[in-house]
Amino acid sequence: MSIEPRNPPRQYVLKLKRALGGKAGWNGVAVQIAFAAILAWIAYEIVANASANLETQHIAAGFGFLTNNAGFDVSQSLISYSGSDTYMRVFVVGLLNTLLVSVIGIVFATVIGFVVALCRLSPNWLLSRVGGIYVETIRNLPLLFQILFWYLAVLAALPGPRQSISILGAAFLNNRGMIVPRPIGEAGLEPFLAILGLGIVASLALRIYARRALFQRGQMIHIWPYVLTFLVGLPLITMAIFGLPFTLELPQLKGFNFAGGTRVIPEFVALTVALSTYTAAFIAEIVRAGILSVHKGQMEAGSSLGLSRGATLRLIVVPQAMRVIVPPLTNQYLNLTKNSSLAVAIGYPDLVSVWAGTALSQTGQAIEIIATTMAVYLLISLVTSAIMSVYGWRLNRSLGA
Amino acid sequence: MKRVTLALTLALAGGLTAQSADAQTLKTVKDRGMLSCGVSQGLPGFSSPDDKGNWTGIDVDVCRAIAATIFNDTTKVKYVPLSAKDRFTALQSGEIDVLSRNTTWTISRDTSLGANFTGVTYYDGQGFMVKKSLKVNSALELNSASVCVQTGTTTELNLADYFKANNMKYEVIAFGTIDEAIKAYESGRCDAFTDDASGLYASRLKLANPADHIVLPEIISKEPLGPMVRHGDDQWFDLVKWTLFAMITAEELGITQKNVDEMAKSDKPELKRVLGTDGNLGEQLGVTKDWVVRIVKSVGNYGEVFDRNVGTGSPLGIARGINNLWNKGGIQYAPPIR
Repeated sequence: MSIEPRNPPRQYVLKLKRALGGKAGWNGVAVQIAFAAILAWIAYEIVANASANLETQHIAAGFGFLTNNAGFDVSQSLISYSGSDTYMRVFVVGLLNTLLVSVIGIVFATVIGFVVALCRLSPNWLLSRVGGIYVETIRNLPLLFQILFWYLAVLAALPGPRQSISILGAAFLNNRGMIVPRPIGEAGLEPFLAILGLGIVASLALRIYARRALFQRGQMIHIWPYVLTFLVGLPLITMAIFGLPFTLELPQLKGFNFAGGTRVIPEFVALTVALSTYTAAFIAEIVRAGILSVHKGQMEAGSSLGLSRGATLRLIVVPQAMRVIVPPLTNQYLNLTKNSSLAVAIGYPDLVSVWAGTALSQTGQAIEIIATTMAVYLLISLVTSAIMSVYGWRLNRSLGA
Repeated sequence: MKRVTLALTLALAGGLTAQSADAQTLKTVKDRGMLSCGVSQGLPGFSSPDDKGNWTGIDVDVCRAIAATIFNDTTKVKYVPLSAKDRFTALQSGEIDVLSRNTTWTISRDTSLGANFTGVTYYDGQGFMVKKSLKVNSALELNSASVCVQTGTTTELNLADYFKANNMKYEVIAFGTIDEAIKAYESGRCDAFTDDASGLYASRLKLANPADHIVLPEIISKEPLGPMVRHGDDQWFDLVKWTLFAMITAEELGITQKNVDEMAKSDKPELKRVLGTDGNLGEQLGVTKDWVVRIVKSVGNYGEVFDRNVGTGSPLGIARGINNLWNKGGIQYAPPIR
């Protein structure tokens, strides 16, 4: 009688059973499938019923309007846009404006947040009190109120275009925004940008090489003379050969307003300032909590090694604190992005304002437009949180946790 | 947030319940004992609340007249203040029974929103308001100006058309509500504020110093403002439509709030027909025979309503102009009640 080897049970079937059914086994799987089917059926019923009812009520439905002319203008757009463009383009314009204010807001909020947190933790009495007052004031006032404060109280106090505050005769500040000279590309622009790009890549490569040399062989390499050559010297030489990469178009008062130059509209400034200072107050508390969560022995160890307070923070404490900081920091980034929809109160043309506002009431297609708007915010949030998860994962790996 | 809630209501109303096109709005309103009327968030002369929360205005009087025909009680109206961009969603979702909110009648709104205009309460046109200190006398001098506007209006579209047609540049700053737009204009963010001419005069009253602002002479568009109801309920459509026509007819026949009882005793055939002492026109409309008497007694005829709210008897002091009756040099005209 020969002993036959027993075949191991099929792994993928078991995995499926465990994933879907849990402890309940195959019964659990059946329940899950039934549940999914019911959900799908409800979703189908909602869509089918809604479209049938819209049909009988003669309310336009579908996405055909995307190719229609919008017929209204928008005060700020990153891509060229005029009233004779389509609704599709309005959507892109709104989306880009939302992304612009979110990205810039996130950068400023993070920087201000870290600075305030370090102030609050500082042994300096005055600095820590200032940090504390900042956090307690800003985070306890409603955001909409702060946006209106920056827009109506601060920016409205600026003079009209004809009495603009001139900054060296090149930039102007008035209640229509900040007008700065606009760079206009010349023949030398392309080689200049190419060399600059190469310089940045080379500098980064050099930095990686230098760090590896330091960690693996303990060899210190000073890279700053090379970096300076790459980033300043070579572009200057290119400029000498190919001519100036761009000339500046100076703004000039013409009629009601400035012609020429680039303008940053006050709605954008007010919204960015309000969002970043507000979110910074929360980020400051998160960072403070993160830093305090690192055992104080780490700080003492740094001091005993002769490191300065700054170096200890930068090299020892903050990297460990980041593990605690990143997840709640992601929440704040998501909040900032979603809060940017308050733009509608001050007329900044973000997605909610131009798409879920103007485009909605011009077309009347509430279901399509609200659905796309929700989908876009969901997508932005998921992407942000995915990026932060990857960052958090790398951080944990590098700390060996 | 309100917008999202509205959209969700709409999705649910459209999706889950079998709320369909043959909804009996009149029956619903009678059962509820209250007319739900969509109005503006505060436009003096058209619809605005006073310090006690009482709504007045020409659009409000349309709501009151409808309530008078149904309940013989002008207080049985629930006013729902709506911003320009929320108004159609509120009507589509059934939150309001009639939208009487200085809304311009256009073909696209008539055909794609699932709603119908019932008539014209006020013939308006779009204009511009600027600060006197700018020394601008014509809208054609507004090249490169910044213009404040309320979003989601025909105003916004006409503005783009006008500047394009005249080859002028401008910057538009669109706000969710008229108050935000006015505040930004007043703070100097914009050179000009644009709205329907009546709205400009009304908004000017709200400014800190009305005399510092002028309305430019150009009228750049046709803005017939009127009430709107949902598609698919012809009985309700008729009722709202004929309520306004009744007010106009009353003015034409010289029936006023004061003399309506006297007029009802008259034996002129036309007066008897209109005031319901002869025939059953009101009953065919789904209300009572004396529906016109009810309207005129409680709200007044069209001329009285106009004078009281926007005309010479009001702070706005707007002349009748094209809103006068057809036989007095205007274009207000009602089909015969017979």
